Amino acid sequence: MLTLLARALTPGALADTLGDSDTWRVVWFTTWQAVLSTVLTIAVGLAPAYVCARYRFAGRRLLVGLLTGVFVLPTVVMGAAMLAVLPDSMERTVWAILAAHVLFNLAVVVRVVGAVWEHLPRELEHAAATLGASPRQVARHVTLPLLRPAIGAAGAIVFVFTFTSFGVVRILGGSGRTTVEVEVWRQATQLDGIDVAAVLTVVQLLLVGGAVAWSLWIQRRHRTTLALLTSADRQRPRTARQRVLVAATAAATALVVLIPLGAMFARSLRTPDGYSLAAWTDMGETEIRPGVRLGLDPTGAMLNSLRAAGLATLLAVVIGGLAALAIHSAGRHGRLLDAGLMLPLGTSAVTIGFGMLITFDVDPIDWRASPLLVPIGHALIAVPFVVRTTLGVLAAIDPRLREAATTLGATPVRAWAAVTLPALWRPLAVGAGLAGAISLGEFGATSFLSRRDTETMPLAIEQLLGRTGSVLQAQGYALAVILATATVALVVLGELVRDRARRP
Amino acid sequence: MLDVRDVTVRFDGAAVLDGVSLHVADGEVVGLLGPSGSGKSTLLRVVAGLQVVDAGTVALDGHDVTSMPTHRRSVGLVFQDAQLFPHRDVAGNIAFGLQMARWPSPRCNARVTEMLGLVGLAGFERRAVATLSGGERTRVALARSLAPSPAVLLLDEPLTGLDRTLRDRLAVELAAILRAAGTTSLMVTHDPHEAETICDRVVEMATLGGDGRQ
Repeated sequence: MLTLLARALTPGALADTLGDSDTWRVVWFTTWQAVLSTVLTIAVGLAPAYVCARYRFAGRRLLVGLLTGVFVLPTVVMGAAMLAVLPDSMERTVWAILAAHVLFNLAVVVRVVGAVWEHLPRELEHAAATLGASPRQVARHVTLPLLRPAIGAAGAIVFVFTFTSFGVVRILGGSGRTTVEVEVWRQATQLDGIDVAAVLTVVQLLLVGGAVAWSLWIQRRHRTTLALLTSADRQRPRTARQRVLVAATAAATALVVLIPLGAMFARSLRTPDGYSLAAWTDMGETEIRPGVRLGLDPTGAMLNSLRAAGLATLLAVVIGGLAALAIHSAGRHGRLLDAGLMLPLGTSAVTIGFGMLITFDVDPIDWRASPLLVPIGHALIAVPFVVRTTLGVLAAIDPRLREAATTLGATPVRAWAAVTLPALWRPLAVGAGLAGAISLGEFGATSFLSRRDTETMPLAIEQLLGRTGSVLQAQGYALAVILATATVALVVLGELVRDRARRP
Repeated sequence: MLDVRDVTVRFDGAAVLDGVSLHVADGEVVGLLGPSGSGKSTLLRVVAGLQVVDAGTVALDGHDVTSMPTHRRSVGLVFQDAQLFPHRDVAGNIAFGLQMARWPSPRCNARVTEMLGLVGLAGFERRAVATLSGGERTRVALARSLAPSPAVLLLDEPLTGLDRTLRDRLAVELAAILRAAGTTSLMVTHDPHEAETICDRVVEMATLGGDGRQ
């Protein structure tokens, strides 16, 4: 990271990059597409957020789970799904990018805004109604103002995600539709413009940091003390109108999410000779012409991904678990370590990949050739998640339990093994599931760190979808379906372990 | 004038109100007494239009409002825990109903000042609701409900949750305020003493039922 700063802050590089109109075109596109994505996501997300927060209906949890599942999908999979569902004329346009961003981030609005909405006292709205406010006026003058902080928080999250969008834009973008993130990658790996890339990275860090600080400031200024209900207040839809509203919103949301994923699956079955399982049964390297190979091997990519995910998960769980223990036992000083380890969360994956690329670019050893580089990068991104899941459980252990064990004659080590250790394996399992899912779908950092013949699945998908030839495309879609299933399965598995831990 | 006739409300099949009738004359303040669970709050919600009836009718000033939505009924409702809007200051809360009725701003401000004077909180316009004491919150809620001059004012245990001395003092004040406003009022309480202090007439919930409710 420091290397990166040093590279960016040479006067020549700064002047060259900031003086170039291309730089500002990229920054401008990044900003306006992020703002528009955020506004659209909130506009679309409020209806399902309302229905899920205020009504009890069959399939409510399934719907929230579905949206959350989409949120954890790898970015290339979302890009692939959009590519599959949109007509050719719209495939690589800004509309496709916006649609992908909206689908991706619906869960943020539904969960963040919904969490406040379901605890909002209904009586406040009733009070407004008795004072003569029509349902529309109640929404405008009472409900929306009270939800504003939550909407702002959700908006800030969506803005950061869409501003630093990489995978979606790599697949759906094109010339004139490049985010800063994609431009960094292009400059660093395709155009040999390491200095330009370094400056762009810093510009992006500043802009994202500024946006987050601004949203925190706004939220603090508009903070109202609102007595929220302690438990969610959800009712069954009573009138016919409510039933239609709930059913229509839930069904529309589910369809909007499921159709692109279904289209992706359908496209994996489409081959030159009609629909067939060819792309699934023949995952090997395809010959474009007899004897000429593309150098793209889906089966190989799967093996590479599995290897990287296994190693990255192991690394992340060991480092994250030890770090959580250290933070927990270090007390106040632990906070510094905590903040330091959270840094990768705040920076984008591309920044991490790029930073590692130029940091390890030193003689005499060519670190970049090391096959360990990709798993290490993935582990770096996954560690904060492992720390977060573990730390929460550690904090919940009653210290008196260990004291009780000690008074019963256990040595400190045995007391620790008897009390803390058993509580640790569940959060670590959850963290491992997350780390595995992150590694499998990671695209940003991998784009910098991976070398030829060691491509992981996301890289292979991006390349296969970029080729003409429906066999290759079908293979790309098939690979995307496999990747989506694996990622969601890992996260769901983690959630199941966590849920079982909650139930005594 | 409020006229409730043979109102029945069932929750999951069990009748909470069973053929209840009640008449409140113009300008009269009626206290509705009963133990918790006797359906007195439900009756208020029926009058306010927040609870749909399974049978019976509600009439305000001679007009049947049974199927009219809450915001068109012209009822004021003072909730047990005030339910002030946290994102508006005291004046903003009292002006809410007037703004919904599209009163011009100068008239609105004059009415807010008048109402604050009525409930003894003159000069409180710009106070944030979070800084108010329990008694002050109740008064602001009362001023907010009275401001648009509702056809009937409903009070749902407005003094519950306040301490004893404040309660006794506020009960006397409340009686005076309701007389001064001259609004037809229906107040729910479980405290007979409080009901005696504030109301012209006190009715027991149990006596309102149509067919042998206890």
